[in-house]
Amino acid sequence: MTIRRTKPDPHDITCRQAVALMTDYLDGALGPDDRALVEAHLAECENCAEHLRQIRITVAVTGRIREQDLDPAAREDLMDLYRRWRRERPAR
Amino acid sequence: MRATITTDPEDLRGYSSLDPDEGELLRRLRTGDEEAFACLVDRHHAAMVRLARGYVRSPAVAEEVAQDAWLGLLRGLDRFEGRSSLRTWLFRIVVKRAISAGLHERQHLPVDDSELGDDSGRFSQDGWWITPPVHWADEAVDRMVAPGVAARVRELVAELPPAQRQVVTLRDVEGLPSADVCSILGISEGNQRVLLHRARARIRRHLEQEAVW
Repeated sequence: MTIRRTKPDPHDITCRQAVALMTDYLDGALGPDDRALVEAHLAECENCAEHLRQIRITVAVTGRIREQDLDPAAREDLMDLYRRWRRERPAR
Repeated sequence: MRATITTDPEDLRGYSSLDPDEGELLRRLRTGDEEAFACLVDRHHAAMVRLARGYVRSPAVAEEVAQDAWLGLLRGLDRFEGRSSLRTWLFRIVVKRAISAGLHERQHLPVDDSELGDDSGRFSQDGWWITPPVHWADEAVDRMVAPGVAARVRELVAELPPAQRQVVTLRDVEGLPSADVCSILGISEGNQRVLLHRARARIRRHLEQEAVW
């Protein structure tokens, strides 16, 4: 007897399950079967697909909040720290 | 298979290999080259302070923790073998210092049930949407660069529970891979993803509710 592998149906998982699996999905942490289930669901469910798009945007926006500016006083403190270390380190 | 997680943050082993450019900077650092140190500070210090803020409320204390971590780097310089990236190594020291100084407010994972399902009220008992997401993704792409949005997201990250804040800072702000984040924070991949999921869900929901877009 052969086991017929059926294509996953969009209703095999609920919207709640699809949303709960989204971080694992984006991280590539799902096994092939679960991944196929999520993808089948996303292909048919516009709301879950929209939710995924919004999560991707959230990730992208969060990646833009880095403040590059270093406080000049903090930088100077660190340079002092380095000079002190250089002076005091054991001779090699 | 789960990645091996080193328990000692100052353990000098790691996963990623050292960036050749950083290898050169470290060589210069050992010879006492001030420029090399300045270059590393410009590259990593702000991120180290952000990470420390995941453990301490006061910006001044976070700054001290990061400074202390630089001292840790200098003192351990001769032992550094470059088997982890310098950033991962520095971040591990930051976390260790923040914790061992007794500065962390809540090191344990949040178990508050209200955090478990930020979105759970939006589904029926059967698991289908009751309140589907307002569709804004298409329009939002163009507006991502608006300064107000970044400012608001920065506040939202600052308001997250500490464990969520630590993970989302390392993953989404600094862009570190999952394995490095687990190693730095000493948590499992599974825990990390739960925390990341909650943090992202919360930020997404606030963006939607506050019509930042």
